[in-house]
Amino acid sequence: MARAVTSEPGIFGARQYYQNVEIPSIDARGLETRELNDQLRELMLSGGKRVQITNVCGQRYIGTRLYTPEHLEMEIEIFGTPGNDLAAFLYGHHKITVHGNAQDGVGNTMDDGEVVIDGRAGDVLGFSMRGGEIYVREGCGYRTALHMKEYDGKRPVLVVGGTSQDFLGEYMAGGIVIILDMEVQSHKANFIGTGMHGGVIYLRGDVDQSQVGDQVEISPVDEADRTVLDDYVSRFLERFPEVEKRKYEILNSQFVKLAPRSKRPYSDLYAY
Amino acid sequence: MRSFVFPEFQIIRDEEKCGQCRACERHCSFGVHTYDPVADRLVSDERKCAGCQRCAVFCPKGAIIVRPSPSYYRPNASWSREKIEDLKRQAETGGVLLTGCGSDKPFRIYWDHIVLNASQVTNPSIDPLREPMELRTFLGRKPDLMEIAAEDGDIEIKTELSPNLVVETPILFSAMSYGAISYNAFRSLATAACRSKTYFNTGEGGLPREMRDEFGRCAIVQVASGRFGIDAEYLNCAQAVEIKVGQGAKPGIGGHLPGEKVSASVAETRMIPPGTDAISPAPHHDIYSIEDLAMLISALKEATNYEKPISVKIAAVHNFAAIATGIVHAGADIIAIDGLRGGTGAAPKAIRDNVGIPTELAISSLDRRLRDEGIRNRCSIITAGGIRCSADVVKAIALGADAVYIGSAALIAMGCTLCQKCYTGKCNWGICTQDPRLSGRLNVDIASARLTNLISAWSHEIREMLGGMGINALESLRGNRDHLRGIGLYEWELDVLGIKGAGE
Repeated sequence: MARAVTSEPGIFGARQYYQNVEIPSIDARGLETRELNDQLRELMLSGGKRVQITNVCGQRYIGTRLYTPEHLEMEIEIFGTPGNDLAAFLYGHHKITVHGNAQDGVGNTMDDGEVVIDGRAGDVLGFSMRGGEIYVREGCGYRTALHMKEYDGKRPVLVVGGTSQDFLGEYMAGGIVIILDMEVQSHKANFIGTGMHGGVIYLRGDVDQSQVGDQVEISPVDEADRTVLDDYVSRFLERFPEVEKRKYEILNSQFVKLAPRSKRPYSDLYAY
Repeated sequence: MRSFVFPEFQIIRDEEKCGQCRACERHCSFGVHTYDPVADRLVSDERKCAGCQRCAVFCPKGAIIVRPSPSYYRPNASWSREKIEDLKRQAETGGVLLTGCGSDKPFRIYWDHIVLNASQVTNPSIDPLREPMELRTFLGRKPDLMEIAAEDGDIEIKTELSPNLVVETPILFSAMSYGAISYNAFRSLATAACRSKTYFNTGEGGLPREMRDEFGRCAIVQVASGRFGIDAEYLNCAQAVEIKVGQGAKPGIGGHLPGEKVSASVAETRMIPPGTDAISPAPHHDIYSIEDLAMLISALKEATNYEKPISVKIAAVHNFAAIATGIVHAGADIIAIDGLRGGTGAAPKAIRDNVGIPTELAISSLDRRLRDEGIRNRCSIITAGGIRCSADVVKAIALGADAVYIGSAALIAMGCTLCQKCYTGKCNWGICTQDPRLSGRLNVDIASARLTNLISAWSHEIREMLGGMGINALESLRGNRDHLRGIGLYEWELDVLGIKGAGE
């Protein structure tokens, strides 16, 4: 089931190195969530920097228990279907790649690191995410990027290859969301960006004013936006070699930008 | 638009005593007092007065009296002065009425209708000055059964125990966030909690990084719907994590910390850009069911390596006891229950004064419900919302609580006078403000000493009351309703409280 190790691109020219070293793997078949995460943490504490988890079937919170005061880092490859809350509260520069689909709550309140999903993601993707990057090759469910936020240099990024369903970017307070709609199904989501007061959403193609919340302004992308798009779309495509050949086509497509009208949407609500 | 609301307070300045030192002018952030150099006297604009008494307390000559305005409309049982004036304010602004602090409405305060027992002749009372009295409390899940092994006189516990919080007195500081309250007020609570061997609750505004090492050991950190300031380090530096679902002052709704209170430092702690509204949505958008709550509880246990108890705070509402059993089954180790009179930095008045049930009734129903289901041991109950004195604490524990959260009481210890203008950010007492000129008025050493004194005084009184009942450990009072009797209550109220009438 595991992809051939030798075809893996490595870091610091590690391809050569890993050819001779077996990557530790965990067989998740029959493991409870807590047992799997116990093994993962143990491996990290004993110095493991890389792991493949095979036969994953619904185990939750993978990556959540990888905080250490020493900020140890790990590269995790998941084969199968991880359960809800993958990478929830993820902290530090861990990298998680899923060869398959993910379920709900990917990157819930994620602080840093990278999640790559070679498939689709469920509902509540990137909820309250405050840092790090998530790349999803296909589409995602409802309530994507809700209340994503940013501070100073910490700016979360979410790139989705397909489209999102309703409530995308509700209460969004920061970060960058890019929805590529690679299959050109057009954006059918409603209630996009209700209560939005920070951050930016880029949609490839177009969206109707009736689909977005009152707090959102739709505008064409400018040069600065194109730079951001070039950067993160390129990073997205690098992660999915099978779609990389569409780079020119995608980057030259029409995009619209959704941004908040105000960073204080409810300032007139109260009697003082 | 000219306001038709007349002043709430009347300010009387004794011109004979007044030395024109202008202290009142400097102290008032609302701009009530100004000096008229031509007349060489101070004048007051009563319309601006919040009634916080800062000027009256700090006038070196004691020349100022601030009292409710004696003006009145034609008396009307239906249209009280408050109703008329609230309506006028809304007609003038078109906005939602905001207020601060706990509800001031005359709902029945059950504490004042419950009396305690004492020993006479048989089962003699215990003198806490001579005998040890145990107030230490463990908060968290207790096992259903405990397997032990005795070997050579040593007893070993075989059962795996859940993490528990240990408090030396059953009084914790309720959730008050940095952002709602000033840094100095927040730090005073943290300092006093550590000194009194209890805990403070960070609220949902995060815990400033420089405080984590020093105060993490006495912190309960909160995860609320806005998810402000949360990272793995924040969760792991504390001793417990609390998921805030509801608040007694505003059950069912979220909160907006207005942009003007989001200073650079508040922004850094909350991890949001300065000057933006910090919006906490009404629900957690990843929790739409008990199963979803169970998932967040588990995620937090994972994130903290199963080392911290997880608390869930809910507001006391009509069917909350049934929901609370779901919360216990979802894996919560502590349930914090916040009643109708719980305080707030800002809440719509319509919600604060009309939604929820009194905490006294809530504790009793919750304790009974969990006992009936045989799961009382699986979680501890911390009750909040209207605890004003040590006797309230004793009564809460006898009704079934494990410990209490105090919010308003702690603020009053630091100087708060419950003027209810917290939401303006202009707190003259330096508590509920982010204006450095005002927050600088609150000295951390003095405020934390006042809080430590309060905890110490209440703990002494609790020991006295326990001793009087012939009890030497708080554990023996927990849920022990035989020590309570009701006065002036209806039958249904006695039933809900689970107590007898006085004399019975």
